[in-house]
Amino acid sequence: MAVARKSPTGTPGRRVALDGILVALAMLFSYIETFIPFNFGVPGIKLGLANLVVLLGLTFLPALDVFLVSMVRILLSSLLFGNVMSLWYSLAGGILSFLCMWLLTRREGYSLIGISMAGGVMHNIGQVLTAALIVQTIQLAGYLPVLLVAGLVTGAIVGALAKLLMPRVQKALESYA
Amino acid sequence: MKKKDFLIAGAVLLLAGVLTLVLRLSGGDPGGAVQVKIDGKVVGTYALVEEQAVPFDTDYGHNLLVIRDGKAHMEEADCPDHYCMEQGEIEKTGETLVCLPHKLVVEVVSGESSDVDVVAK
Ligand SMILES: [Zn+2]
Repeated sequence: MAVARKSPTGTPGRRVALDGILVALAMLFSYIETFIPFNFGVPGIKLGLANLVVLLGLTFLPALDVFLVSMVRILLSSLLFGNVMSLWYSLAGGILSFLCMWLLTRREGYSLIGISMAGGVMHNIGQVLTAALIVQTIQLAGYLPVLLVAGLVTGAIVGALAKLLMPRVQKALESYA
Repeated sequence: MKKKDFLIAGAVLLLAGVLTLVLRLSGGDPGGAVQVKIDGKVVGTYALVEEQAVPFDTDYGHNLLVIRDGKAHMEEADCPDHYCMEQGEIEKTGETLVCLPHKLVVEVVSGESSDVDVVAK
């Protein structure tokens, strides 16, 4: 991730503009995702396309900005495409996966795919723990094995997409610097 | 992909495998009854040997649990996602059907404990 750190965020105006673009992009991904059936028989399991924005954002924006972008995205998409219940899972999953991916981007040796896989797994762990709390049933842990593997798979797909997009994003950032 | 990426994948797969094993070993006996909880409170226990259809109507919504051939499944639900109906049939101790929007959980329990667990609705 060292290459990415070279591109500066620039002026405060540019930074805010980038934040805004990322929120819009993340909302778009959340919307697209509502058309993609990805049903594991357990609520809340999604491809996590919006995670693309977190993955890419972490390479050129301060972590706090990316975190806020992610939180705003979750709030808005739960209001628009989900329900109050889905907000809680998404928040728990979003926060856990963000923390995990942020920590990994600060370390050497992980590619976008690895970071994304870890994020996908943590996202699902956060969701199932929240669900277990809501219905007060620890037996929901029975879904964990499926959810762990599902998180790996979806994370790898999203990570591979991020890797494909990365050079284009870099180019765009440079040309509008 | 880099080396440490495979470490992540390996660790997660290992964890999933161990969890599956633990869950298999800890449960798996054919159960005697299903216990239904709404909002974390037990609302009833129903023997699996008896063919029955039990409706649950709460402020959250409607569910119809059907027990047939020693297995339980969710026949009807007016929840938005219908995941509970897609979870299929359960029959072994520890298996669950969950309707998250209605905060309803159906869990297979062993036959013996079921008498003790019955709580009047
Ligand atoms: Zn349901």
